[in-house]
Amino acid sequence: MSITTSKIRTSERKNISETDNFSARMGHFGRFGGKFVPETIMPALDQLEEAYNKAKNDPAFNAELEYYLREYVGRPSTLYYAERLTKKLAGAKIYLKREDLNHTGAHKINNTIGQILLALRMGKKRIIAETGAGQHGVATATAAAMFGVQCDVYMGEEDMRRQALNVFRMKLLGANVIPVTSGSKTLKDATNEALRDWMGSVKHTHYIIGSVVGPHPYPTMVRDFQLVIGKEARKQILEKENRLPDYLIACVGGGSNSIGLFHPFIADKEVKMIGVEAGGIGTGIGQHASTLTSGKIGVLHGSVSYVLQDDDGQTLPVHSISAGLDYPGVGPEHSYLKDIGRASYVSITDEEAVNAFQECTRLEGIIPALEASHAIAYTMKFAPTLSKDKLIIVCLSGSGDKDSFEVAKKLGYAI
Amino acid sequence: MMNRIDKKFEELKGKKKTAFIPFITAGDPDIETTKALILAFEKRGADIIELGIPFSDPIADGPVIQASYHRALEKGIKVTQILDTISTLRKKTQIPIVGMISYSIVYKFGNKTFVEMALKAGLDGLTIPDLPIEENEEIFDIASKNNLKIVCFIAPTTTNQRMNLITRKTQGFLYYISVVGITGARDTLPEDIVQNISKLKQLTDIPIVVGFGVSTAEQARMVGKIAEGVIVGSAIIKEIERYEREHQEKLVENVGNFVEKLVIGAKS
Ligand SMILES: Cc1ncc(COP(=O)(O)O)c(C=O)c1O
Repeated sequence: MSITTSKIRTSERKNISETDNFSARMGHFGRFGGKFVPETIMPALDQLEEAYNKAKNDPAFNAELEYYLREYVGRPSTLYYAERLTKKLAGAKIYLKREDLNHTGAHKINNTIGQILLALRMGKKRIIAETGAGQHGVATATAAAMFGVQCDVYMGEEDMRRQALNVFRMKLLGANVIPVTSGSKTLKDATNEALRDWMGSVKHTHYIIGSVVGPHPYPTMVRDFQLVIGKEARKQILEKENRLPDYLIACVGGGSNSIGLFHPFIADKEVKMIGVEAGGIGTGIGQHASTLTSGKIGVLHGSVSYVLQDDDGQTLPVHSISAGLDYPGVGPEHSYLKDIGRASYVSITDEEAVNAFQECTRLEGIIPALEASHAIAYTMKFAPTLSKDKLIIVCLSGSGDKDSFEVAKKLGYAI
Repeated sequence: MMNRIDKKFEELKGKKKTAFIPFITAGDPDIETTKALILAFEKRGADIIELGIPFSDPIADGPVIQASYHRALEKGIKVTQILDTISTLRKKTQIPIVGMISYSIVYKFGNKTFVEMALKAGLDGLTIPDLPIEENEEIFDIASKNNLKIVCFIAPTTTNQRMNLITRKTQGFLYYISVVGITGARDTLPEDIVQNISKLKQLTDIPIVVGFGVSTAEQARMVGKIAEGVIVGSAIIKEIERYEREHQEKLVENVGNFVEKLVIGAKS
């Protein structure tokens, strides 16, 4: 698979010159981002932005956040040299950033702890969230339980079936899981439903979006809460190797674990960044969720970004074996990084991801989330093409325990 | 040429009457019925039509409108087909038509292209619920130059500062979202609607239209006392859905009867 920055098609260029007069105002990444939401929730976004800007520069807030990340989440997560995987692939040296070791088993909790602290500062008494794989839902329900806040999680019916274990975990944690039956019954529909809830509940409710998507300030704020991944990784690799890595590889659903890893390296021009999307079962409509590699620029869930849409701007169906990547949009900052050529994006099929899931488990004794398995699968293709003196950091965004049933089914095991 | 929306409100002002504005989804149950309904509504005394352009992922709409969008999309309705239908309707009626459309759709075509398409089809205005004033500079410029009205929203959550900006920007009329508290029969209007509308009246002379959640003739009457117009959407769409299931051949007539009652309410 070649890594090139894809050119903007002429039809899109026309669209851009007509539609794009975005300046460098807050919330825009070049021509991406923005706040495309109903008036009803605009004041809440303004309030959130103000609260966040204040908190960000408040030593007390940062100290509190650090405290919970250290004592409750278990940070820093390790940067682990995957020796057997490296030897087997016989190319670049591979390090895994172990976000699976966080409390609740994924990177999602970095963001939910940050946002719940913010919600408490704003005096909001109820939390809502959307979830796909259920990891963000679990991370939100966990933070809500720990702080004693009421929590409602919207989840597509199809995802509830695929991720029954996480549904049960959320319920145990005291959250109310609300099934979403509209549309494709997956993550995008859960996001619609959460936004609709917020339209009516905005005065006393905070909406914790789980990735770097949605209207400003979410893409920036969620990124900032995930920066801890890249900041730690940068320090750790310098300690271990005394130099920066050559490549960063991470899976991209909405794009939060990847932007968290990438962002602290953006100024380091020699470090290349590769985001891995869900290639599903083919390149046809509804067979994949490769938004950056095959989508076009549009508006979905409050921001301008690459989107899988038809010519009328209607959202197209998506597919991935991994519920966390099964989303027709992507964070606006990734669209920007793609357009300026700072990061490149590739896709990996369901089958390649399931293979990587097994390889990583057997070789390293680490069961990766199906989402993270996409990043590992690309690494397995890419590392052998590099010389042994090259360094790769892969974000192992979460644990695959939640995926055991789905993979067993795929492999024909009855559990 | 004067925009049909401005003309209508001037005419109603002279008569001291409230505008009644039914909302329906284009293509639900099918585009021919949409056409017939618009003509029927005009006969029954509706003043302006608000026509919803179906979108796959609406966030401002409740379950009733959302479901009607999905029904229309499942039947394969396309934006160009809706605009063509408005063009053919223009041979029969001059009733003002405002398209309610997601910015996802407008963006896809491009602001300029879409405004041109809308004008050519005979639309008089657009309401774009997911396009707040901060993001709508360009489409405003293009639309003003072309005499297409961009109607802005104010919600009960809107701050005073934003009210100032929005009342200065909106064209044709101002759309007041009454989400909080108006659904369900009641004898009096919720305090905040009355308060907010009188606040708005101090800021602007533009007609104020109340929508979202008005569902009965009685509510239309109450709203009609304080605002220049009333929009009813979900309640009409529910009727359409019911007759589509139960009494298809009588759909246009029965939904027309329903709208007539609302018209009478709004104007009494
Ligand atoms: C383990 C894991 N990795 C990755 C993702 C994808 O999200 P993002 O691209 O925001 O990191 C998810 C989402 O649920 C997840 O659970």
